[in-house]
Amino acid sequence: MSNPKFETDGFACRVVDMKKEYVLKSETVRALRGVSFDVPEGDYVAIMGPSGSGKSTLLNMLGCLDKPTSGSLWLGSDDVATMNDDQLADIRSQRIGFVFQSYNLIQQLTVVENIQVPLFYQGKSLSKAQQLRSIELARMVGLAERLDHRPTQLSGGQQQRVAIARSLVNDPFFILADEPTGNLDSRTTEEILQLFEKLNNEGRTIILVTHEDEVSKRAKRVVRLKDGRLQWDRQNSQEVREAAAKYAIDNMPVEV
Amino acid sequence: MNIWLGTIQLGVKSLWLHPLRSLLTVLGIFIGVASVIWLLAISKGIGDEAQRQIESLGADTIMIRTIKPPSEKMSAQGLTPYGLTREEFDLLSTSIPTVKSALPIRELRRQFQYRDRKLDGRLVGCTPEYFEVNRMEMADGHFISDAENFSMATNCVLSAKMAERLFWHEDPIGKRIYLPENQDFYFVVGVLKPKGATAAVGGSMAAQDFSNDVYIPIRTLHQRIGDMVMVSRSGSREGEIIELNQITLRVAEVSDVKRTADLVESALSSHEKMEDISVVVPLELLEQARTTRAMFMLFMGMIAAISLLVGGIGIMNIMLATVTERTREIGIRRALGAKRRDIIRQFLVETSVLSLAGGITGILFGLLCGPAVNGARALANIWFSEQMADLPEVVRTVQPSIVPESIPGAFLISLIVGLVFGIYPATRAAKMNPIEALRHE
Repeated sequence: MSNPKFETDGFACRVVDMKKEYVLKSETVRALRGVSFDVPEGDYVAIMGPSGSGKSTLLNMLGCLDKPTSGSLWLGSDDVATMNDDQLADIRSQRIGFVFQSYNLIQQLTVVENIQVPLFYQGKSLSKAQQLRSIELARMVGLAERLDHRPTQLSGGQQQRVAIARSLVNDPFFILADEPTGNLDSRTTEEILQLFEKLNNEGRTIILVTHEDEVSKRAKRVVRLKDGRLQWDRQNSQEVREAAAKYAIDNMPVEV
Repeated sequence: MNIWLGTIQLGVKSLWLHPLRSLLTVLGIFIGVASVIWLLAISKGIGDEAQRQIESLGADTIMIRTIKPPSEKMSAQGLTPYGLTREEFDLLSTSIPTVKSALPIRELRRQFQYRDRKLDGRLVGCTPEYFEVNRMEMADGHFISDAENFSMATNCVLSAKMAERLFWHEDPIGKRIYLPENQDFYFVVGVLKPKGATAAVGGSMAAQDFSNDVYIPIRTLHQRIGDMVMVSRSGSREGEIIELNQITLRVAEVSDVKRTADLVESALSSHEKMEDISVVVPLELLEQARTTRAMFMLFMGMIAAISLLVGGIGIMNIMLATVTERTREIGIRRALGAKRRDIIRQFLVETSVLSLAGGITGILFGLLCGPAVNGARALANIWFSEQMADLPEVVRTVQPSIVPESIPGAFLISLIVGLVFGIYPATRAAKMNPIEALRHE
């Protein structure tokens, strides 16, 4: 499946002239009209855009939940656009770490079991190392004391941290975060963003979809979509990022 | 195969999230499986009882009985002899090669007296074969012998109840009983052990109650009482002339029974006009009873199957609700790498866990059928003894007998119910678009 035209080493994913059309009754909605960009390993990309810009569609494509009508999505040396449903499921369980706006933990499972879900669907039994790794990840997000808690016993921020630990358990090509701070207050938002920064500094690739400027300014790079096309794609300077972080901390409401 | 184990664990956890709902669903299957086992066990118990009663008549016998012909066939004046004759007995017992032994029987209602105790009972004239054919057992003394029959001895054998009621705690052997209607005495030479009544089968044979019987040699009966019997009834006297009430033939090979019966019927074809005999072949009754029992069990099984079906629909119903309720979970799992078949497996495992839980508990409860029925009957006997006495014999005595095949059968059926009724909800869950499922609130 590898295509020699593309050098994929060093890239978490590459989007090449991606188009997506939906047919609704007689009308064809062109959600993506040819989008191309690369995400190098270790990058921290914020995808922005108003509603209707194709942001969600792109997110679904990047998450391998849907296939583009035309164009390619390279993950490593594989073009995801040509894969069938089962192969896509394998890609999701092995190469992508999802973080959702509404945490999306499974209610009947404990913290540590939630973290292990992607491994469960890799079809092999859990190795000792994987067990230890999921506990280590829980510790990393600060939930080592709550391994046996259920999602309902956790706060929103804690749930999101479990979700982040879950997104890392399969050692993915990139973390795909869809409005990860959308349901959180500013203090917890800051916690989560700091966690992302820490992970990024450790070399993790993060793709974050957001509509908040404050959040996008924290990323290294912002990709903005409009009407299904790339509007602009620019790097955030170190100063912008630091200023945004400082602003967030300074404007945090004082706890009474 | 760890994914299966994991899925089963997960299934149990998911079901445990709604304990009451799962319990009620399990209850549906539980009732279905238990009723399969119970209904089959009870109907088999009833069938066995009927079969046992017919078998006690003997599968190798053919009975020819004298019946009172319709009154328009009798001549208006005088007495018309009817029924089996001694001549016919000789013919049947000697000319049919497949007949092993033949037993003539003459029965009369008579009063018996010992000292001042009088009892109504049945006087049976017979030969020694009677003892064997009816599977009797002696409590004391001996049964009528060939020698006694030949010499027309005035000896008799009493049934257990007759002996007890006439003699109380005296030893009847060697004593004489008196027949007031014939002004005749008979020596008691034997007493039988108590014996249960035989079945009334197929309408052609009344139930035989042996408890009030007195047996004497048939030749003695013929000589001392004769064929004509007069009975005074409400002022007028009625009489009848009958030589034999019954001939019981035993056939050497059971496989010859039907042919022999055909032969007997053609030999006795002269009775067709009078309609004064009937031929009863227990083997045929037995086969009839077997067919009836099979039909009965099939019918009961179908009723139970319907309750299983209802249980299965219950599972499907609850799983469809669950699938809708857990749409989001399905979306999450799909996003995290679950394939369609993983989702199908998850829901099928859940339905199977539900139905197997119902199946296994249902089987355990089903195994309690025998003790439970007996216990309930014992309690009912204590609390409602009067009403219980009015109930049919079969209710008071039936012993449920668990059909061995029903246990693995019920297990298999409950598994199949779980799978079949789980398939639709599971495929519906798996067909969901993960993107839309994730968006589901």
